[in-house]
Amino acid sequence: MRIAVFTRSTPDTAAKVEVDAGGKVTWGDAATVVNPWDEYALEEAIVQAKSAGGKAAVIAIGAPMHEEALKHSLAMGLDEAYRVWDTSLEGADGLAYATTAAAAVQKLGDVELVIFGKESVDIGSDQHIYQTARKLGWTMLSYISKILEIDYAARTIKVEKMLEQGKQVITSQLPAVISVLKDINEPRYPSFIGIRKASKAVIPEWTLGDLGVTLPTNSTKVTAFKNLPPRDSKSEMIEGTPQEQAAKLVDKLLEEKVL
Amino acid sequence: MSAIYVWIETFKGKASAASWEAVAAGRSLASSMGVPVTALVFGENAVVVANEAGSFGADNAIVCDDTTLTHFRLEPYAALLSDLVKKNEPFVVLAIASSRARELLAASAADTDSAMLSDALTLNVDDGDLVATRPVYAGKVWSDAAASGNTVFVSLRSRAFESAEPTPKTIDVITVAPVLSEDQIMTKVERFEEEVGTVNLTDAAIIVSGGRGMANNPATPPAGYAGDATVWKAQDGFEHTLKPFADALGAAVGASRAAVDAGYIPYAHQVGQTGRTVAPDVYIAAGISGAIQHQAGMRSSKIIVAINKDGEAPIFKMARYGLVGDLYQIIPAITEELNRRLGK
Repeated sequence: MRIAVFTRSTPDTAAKVEVDAGGKVTWGDAATVVNPWDEYALEEAIVQAKSAGGKAAVIAIGAPMHEEALKHSLAMGLDEAYRVWDTSLEGADGLAYATTAAAAVQKLGDVELVIFGKESVDIGSDQHIYQTARKLGWTMLSYISKILEIDYAARTIKVEKMLEQGKQVITSQLPAVISVLKDINEPRYPSFIGIRKASKAVIPEWTLGDLGVTLPTNSTKVTAFKNLPPRDSKSEMIEGTPQEQAAKLVDKLLEEKVL
Repeated sequence: MSAIYVWIETFKGKASAASWEAVAAGRSLASSMGVPVTALVFGENAVVVANEAGSFGADNAIVCDDTTLTHFRLEPYAALLSDLVKKNEPFVVLAIASSRARELLAASAADTDSAMLSDALTLNVDDGDLVATRPVYAGKVWSDAAASGNTVFVSLRSRAFESAEPTPKTIDVITVAPVLSEDQIMTKVERFEEEVGTVNLTDAAIIVSGGRGMANNPATPPAGYAGDATVWKAQDGFEHTLKPFADALGAAVGASRAAVDAGYIPYAHQVGQTGRTVAPDVYIAAGISGAIQHQAGMRSSKIIVAINKDGEAPIFKMARYGLVGDLYQIIPAITEELNRRLGK
């Protein structure tokens, strides 16, 4: 039995990301890291696989740069890593990603639970997560802050889900796809031995042909990247005693008609 | 007849105010395409909400008021939406990108193999394709994307489109049956703990956020307090200094990652790259230095106010108004001033 988790390499969270003169997105010399949301998914996969006596497998769909996220995952303690890549996936949208992800899970064969981090910061989306569940025809449980119970024999799962208005406790059926939030766990740091082992690992690469995938014809295509419009640089320091500062600020906000 | 579908999100039988922004966005697309706007309302009180959608610009509505739809659950909602899309092939399915809508639209787009644009900041028709600008790389960069196909699903960033003034109107409402029955739905809601009285960060017009500086609270823990005094001070500050300030403004309470990681306030309040992305009219950052990760989550705010004792903090570079000083002196003073001036 396997728990599968998806990850990717994204620019370091502190990196300044911008569009260069050629229209390409660049983050200069900044390093890439595991997509920050995925660390919680990777940790949860390790914990859940261990308690189930199964294996934790990590998959990245993307160009060779994403191998780094897989090595980090192995160093954390994931049991297996796979990378799916095909030139036709260049610029793939959420639906193409999900179609591929579902096929990769099916190729592994014995997966009961797929875990995603809440979203991918590079593509700025979580769409592919829900779509992977639908392509698999599995239960989708999103925004999970705690796994309360999994019964593999009865094939049931009980989780705590965060909503804008509060928290729900939900039960559902396996196999399932879940997306996890930051407060689900405390991700471990890779151990020294883990890093050494991971650096030597040879990561199998699958093509769309290996997975038997045909990408959907309807799609979204990125036509251009652009830098954000500059913020209005007007800036005003409000000085005086705290009472004077308070009165002046309230004046300003009333003038702006935002209160 | 094809149409623009707009899913109206409801909670306990009431529409989310942001839904009217989606109706307005649908209205302007519909006018350029010459098709009607159809509101989709699922769950309790659907007919009333449908007519309310009419007053905000919908031409007609499809509703399904069934007990299986009382709580939002992906299975029955997506089954119903996908069924409607397959039967009627609308040009576009729109909703405000709340957590529920992101999931519902993506699921139905997958069920119907349709293209989807998520978190759109703008939306236009260009040469038959739907074109949107959307944030990528945690909001540090924007991308323009075009979608093709019979039906395109689009989730819209809340507060990026302006809702119309309502004019009371009764519209044609078609009632449909649910697609899944309760015994076909595997997901059961066992319990729901509502957070009462808190303002939703994503919809808030004003947000007041606290950071690491919340720990400089002059109040001290009670004698014999066994926990971490710094954490106590910060928690007390969020509760007794920031919360009353937010209440005076009708604002939501946010926090920086540093404050959340230090245990000052629950994660649900976190604004930034690994928290929520917000774009209120006013964002007041108290005791927040303004790391790039935090900026990514709030830089689209219209007016940023920074209160920090360190005049060199990066947050001042993006602030419209900067107040250097002790937040524990300044904030109570502003709260008092607001209560006096706004007559509370």
